[in-house]
Amino acid sequence: MQNPSYRGSYKPFVSPRDPCPPITIKYFVLPPQIFTNFQQPGLPQNSPEEALMQGSLWPKFVDGFSREEGIS
Amino acid sequence: MWVYEKKLLYPVEVTTCNPMLARYLMEQYGGADGELAAALRYMNQRYTVPDKVIGLLTDISTEEFSHLEMLATMIYKLTKDATPEQLEKAGLGAHFVNHGHSLFYENAGGVPFTATYIQSKGDPIADLYEDIAAEEKARATYQWLIDISDDPGINDALRFLRERENIHSLRFREAVELLKDERDRKKVF
Ligand SMILES: [Fe+2]
Repeated sequence: MQNPSYRGSYKPFVSPRDPCPPITIKYFVLPPQIFTNFQQPGLPQNSPEEALMQGSLWPKFVDGFSREEGIS
Repeated sequence: MWVYEKKLLYPVEVTTCNPMLARYLMEQYGGADGELAAALRYMNQRYTVPDKVIGLLTDISTEEFSHLEMLATMIYKLTKDATPEQLEKAGLGAHFVNHGHSLFYENAGGVPFTATYIQSKGDPIADLYEDIAAEEKARATYQWLIDISDDPGINDALRFLRERENIHSLRFREAVELLKDERDRKKVF
């Protein structure tokens, strides 16, 4: 489960002499916690079972990460 | 004082004998941004931070030890039945002659753990900013481990561990906010 709003992207410089086929758009992670300075009370919570699976009691701070995203 | 529960924080499913993956996971076991470094860093810093954030460092340090235990389980299971030849192919030949099938605190490149990975500056803001950086670096390491591993059971546990780093980072940044609140506050002791 990945949330696209927690990713950034940019266009790297591409040289005609790049030895490997160039990647024209690079993606990087902007994890959810960096958009909160201090957690406000009363945020929606996962069920205990969901929280264990997700690694967080609050869905707001879960962004997920999978190799299928192709970030690296 | 600690109370030990004889189970893992999160279930770890290992279905393959994959010493190469074990070797990569050692980055989070005994590496600079790994769980051992995190646990020891916070456990030690907690004595000289303002009262308000001592508990946070204790709690997160304790949790990091439970993460360390998960990594140990993964590494052990991925290597326990590997032959010396298989270990050698995975780049663990030098590890094997020194440690046999046992685990050791070293990184994916075989560099042994050192206390120089961590710091305690005695300055709360300096220490907390180091802790925030450590959490983000651990998060990134988990990302690259997920990207290099094709084991779904391992990747599920790594995904869980990565999400924990998100929360730890936020908690440390909240600790900084708590300390900033102390600014210019007139206090009577
Ligand atoms: Fe952490």
